[in-house]
Amino acid sequence: MKRLYTLLFVVLFVGGLTGLALAVDSPSEMLHDPVQEKRAENIGAQLRCLVCQNESIEDSSAPLARDLRHVVREQVQSGKTDQEIMAWMTDRYGTFIRLSPPFSITTALLWIMPALALVSGVALAWWQFRQRNTAPPNDSLTDEERTRIAALTQENE
Amino acid sequence: MNSARRKLLTALPIVGASALGIGFWRMLHGMENGGFDPRAVNTPQLGRAIPSFALPGLPGIGDGFSSTDLRDQHTPILLNFFASWCIPCVSEMPGLRNISQSIPIWGIAYKDHLDDAAAFIQRDGSPYARVAADQTGRTAIDWGVTGVPETFLVAPGGRILWHNASGLTPDIFDADIRPLLAAIQ
Repeated sequence: MKRLYTLLFVVLFVGGLTGLALAVDSPSEMLHDPVQEKRAENIGAQLRCLVCQNESIEDSSAPLARDLRHVVREQVQSGKTDQEIMAWMTDRYGTFIRLSPPFSITTALLWIMPALALVSGVALAWWQFRQRNTAPPNDSLTDEERTRIAALTQENE
Repeated sequence: MNSARRKLLTALPIVGASALGIGFWRMLHGMENGGFDPRAVNTPQLGRAIPSFALPGLPGIGDGFSSTDLRDQHTPILLNFFASWCIPCVSEMPGLRNISQSIPIWGIAYKDHLDDAAAFIQRDGSPYARVAADQTGRTAIDWGVTGVPETFLVAPGGRILWHNASGLTPDIFDADIRPLLAAIQ
């Protein structure tokens, strides 16, 4: 068991390192201050690579993504806040560059959908449950059933 | 379950699927005739003032230009980002030469070797009235450029009237830019 844990640890640790190495093309791109580098990575993870549109600029190896990573790190070093860096980006590329879109009229449905789905699901389940409990048992027999029962009970007597 | 409810429950998925189908059909139809472009990331630049920049020229072809030069023009200008390594730019070039007879085109070589860019535009005659080089690509980022070729229509005074994030052809010029030019004159 202990050996298994060691193996798991090694796999996760090495996996983590390669993940880190893939995030930026070369270590020379990274900032020396680990706190600043962490911040830059967090900001970059929220920015869409405009060349390969479903990747963040931290994950993408496109040259434009590399340039934008560089811009983010420059601005982190110069002391800009996350909001200022985000504003700088959306100013140039629109809200499309943000991987999580801001709440607005056009994105409202997108944002409230999970809550909407949960509420309507619970409502549907509650309604179904209540219906099943309150539905009156169907105890009235048809004429055909009555004659059949009468015939059966007569037979037994 | 009564028959009215049964009918409603049968109709719901059919209506839902039809609505989705119509939506997708409209999207695909729009992509075909240019009414819908899922890659249109150019909207923030429209109506804006041009960003500030000052870029050097290419060897043997003038000494570049700056945002001030662009703002000081008294006629509309097309600004075209290009690179010698970009294949759509190669196919765009004959069309640009054609368009340059109607409107001055200024070119910015995007992240290119200076000699390569100079040789590329001079091979069959340059379409550009002025050329500059953006070797770091930072000016292109300020313009919101995501890849070459991209073209902007700049009004006198330096306002961006139109932006196209793909190759420019005489057809697009006639359909999109000519009406805009007629409107500002």
